[in-house]
Amino acid sequence: MKNKANEQNKTPAYMQISKPANLVISLLFIILALISVIPTAFCFIISLSSETSIAQNGYRFIPSEWSLDAYVFLWEQRSTIGNAFLVSFFITVVGTGIGLILNTSLAYAISRNGYKLKKALTIFIIIPMLFQGGMVSSYMINTQMLGLKNSIWSLILPLAVSTWYIMILNTFFRTSVPDSLIESAKIDGASQLVIFARIVLPISLPVLATIGLFLTFLYWNDWFQAMLYINSKHQDLYPLQYVLVSIQNNIDFISQNPNLSGYVDTSNIPSETARMAIVMVIVLPIACAYPFFQRYFVSGLTVGAVKG
Amino acid sequence: MPAKDAAIKKKPASRKKKLFTRDDGELTLLSLPTIIWFVLFSYLPMFGIVIAFKNYRMIPGEGFLSSLIQSDWVGFKNFRFMFLTADAWIMVRNTLLYNFAFIVIEMFLPVTLAILMSQLISDRLRKISQTAMFLPHFLSWVVVAYFVFSFLSYDKGIANQILISLGTEPVNWYAEGKYWPYILVFLNTWKTVGYSMVIYLASIAGIDHSFYEAAVIDGATKWQQARSVTLPQLKPVIVILLILAMGRIFNSDFGLFYQATRASGQITDYRQTIDTYVYTALMKLNNIGFSSAASALQSVVGCVMITLANFVVRKIDPDSSLF
Repeated sequence: MKNKANEQNKTPAYMQISKPANLVISLLFIILALISVIPTAFCFIISLSSETSIAQNGYRFIPSEWSLDAYVFLWEQRSTIGNAFLVSFFITVVGTGIGLILNTSLAYAISRNGYKLKKALTIFIIIPMLFQGGMVSSYMINTQMLGLKNSIWSLILPLAVSTWYIMILNTFFRTSVPDSLIESAKIDGASQLVIFARIVLPISLPVLATIGLFLTFLYWNDWFQAMLYINSKHQDLYPLQYVLVSIQNNIDFISQNPNLSGYVDTSNIPSETARMAIVMVIVLPIACAYPFFQRYFVSGLTVGAVKG
Repeated sequence: MPAKDAAIKKKPASRKKKLFTRDDGELTLLSLPTIIWFVLFSYLPMFGIVIAFKNYRMIPGEGFLSSLIQSDWVGFKNFRFMFLTADAWIMVRNTLLYNFAFIVIEMFLPVTLAILMSQLISDRLRKISQTAMFLPHFLSWVVVAYFVFSFLSYDKGIANQILISLGTEPVNWYAEGKYWPYILVFLNTWKTVGYSMVIYLASIAGIDHSFYEAAVIDGATKWQQARSVTLPQLKPVIVILLILAMGRIFNSDFGLFYQATRASGQITDYRQTIDTYVYTALMKLNNIGFSSAASALQSVVGCVMITLANFVVRKIDPDSSLF
């Protein structure tokens, strides 16, 4: 990747586009970049506006009054919001760990040339790519056979493995782990488990980083599992993303059934600025982290696109 | 080289006499947890699809399996009754039309932007705008739904503030279906275009520079270079992404159609897709018959489409096929 970037740096002057054309294209991309980031910035501003300025003027890019009340409120509510943050953190860390173990181990096995079940297992993992049971039967089986309803594992296990990840890992193990290394370890009497843990994993850090980041963002951003498997009697299992969904549901319920509003406890529905502050608690870690990890996503994409 | 090939080929042949070597055993042990995962979370649900052909009812005090076995077979009754409702046709229509719109945009826009971006003289601007345009890819639809609300909220949103300052009546966006096809197409483009552009940029970076040098010597303009060098080089990637998108034509992004629209009842006809229908029928209406039928239909059509798509990809470029 680095070499290619350097090559492009050296584009000779006669290959460059004309100055006016460059200006137009530059402007276009400045506008597109702004469109991409402005909504995030806008919600950040809303979270820092005072309640009264929003009540008077609506959402504004420059509010009449700034305030940190929303974040103070979140801090006061740390028993609930903090708990949701911990749930999100837990499923992200544990999910990424479990996902890495499950995906790499099978990928390594089917990357070994002499392995007797190589072909059978490859077909075994490709079939689910073509044919899925779908939402209803997955839901039925996860809740009624595997007992995952209202369990933290329902937020972790169903997302842990993907044929796509295994294919990316398999390509890497096949092309970048030298056979001679494994053979020599075998001659020294090491078992495959030891070879995998002590030799293969340490030299595969780039691809582990790619898959680990895919999994991290997948778990941090997930709300759908909670929507299916966690019901409102188990709010202590809500991850942050689903807290946002359930706040929205409560607001919609009240606005659609105004005569019932007396029956719903509105006191624990956060204000508009507080809601945006929760959004920011989710988004800020992502927005700060992803520029540094971007290249892993790009390399993961190209490895996947050019199947090896 | 030939000697090495022969050596590799010989090894499995001589091993075949031993049924299962120590190596095979250890590798199987290593992959066993993942195999169990696939059985539980992929293969069991495949068989669970028979729910769609049964009049499934929970028998109190008995497990899922025995309830399923004791439920009556009803053949295609669930499907027939589902398609007697207008909802079924609307969700199929919406899923197909939205996917067509997404595919057409996905075919032209990211490629064009990638070619334009590769021409930028300033390296820094290229990197900054690429990073900025990648951001929406990392946000969940729940978060994006809050962004959308800050623009479209009836009394506080920016959109209505602008309309009022222009002297027009404010619009109750979440109740007016006719705007949503445009909003949904815009949102999907906004969220995915940066990501697709990056894929094409990586391919463009891989094109041999001597092609362009030769073109310049022949007096080709930038436009001619893009048309005659870059596009033909990108064609395999474009075609493959296109065909894979065709394979997913019966699927939709649940978050886009459910969260970003706030699942508003007044605009159901404009936002309902198969996925949101299945969810609503299963979780809100408890109609296992209809939801399992829609879900099964999606699985079967999806399987046919992706197999066909892969077949076509393999004809064009065997290396890019999935299997």
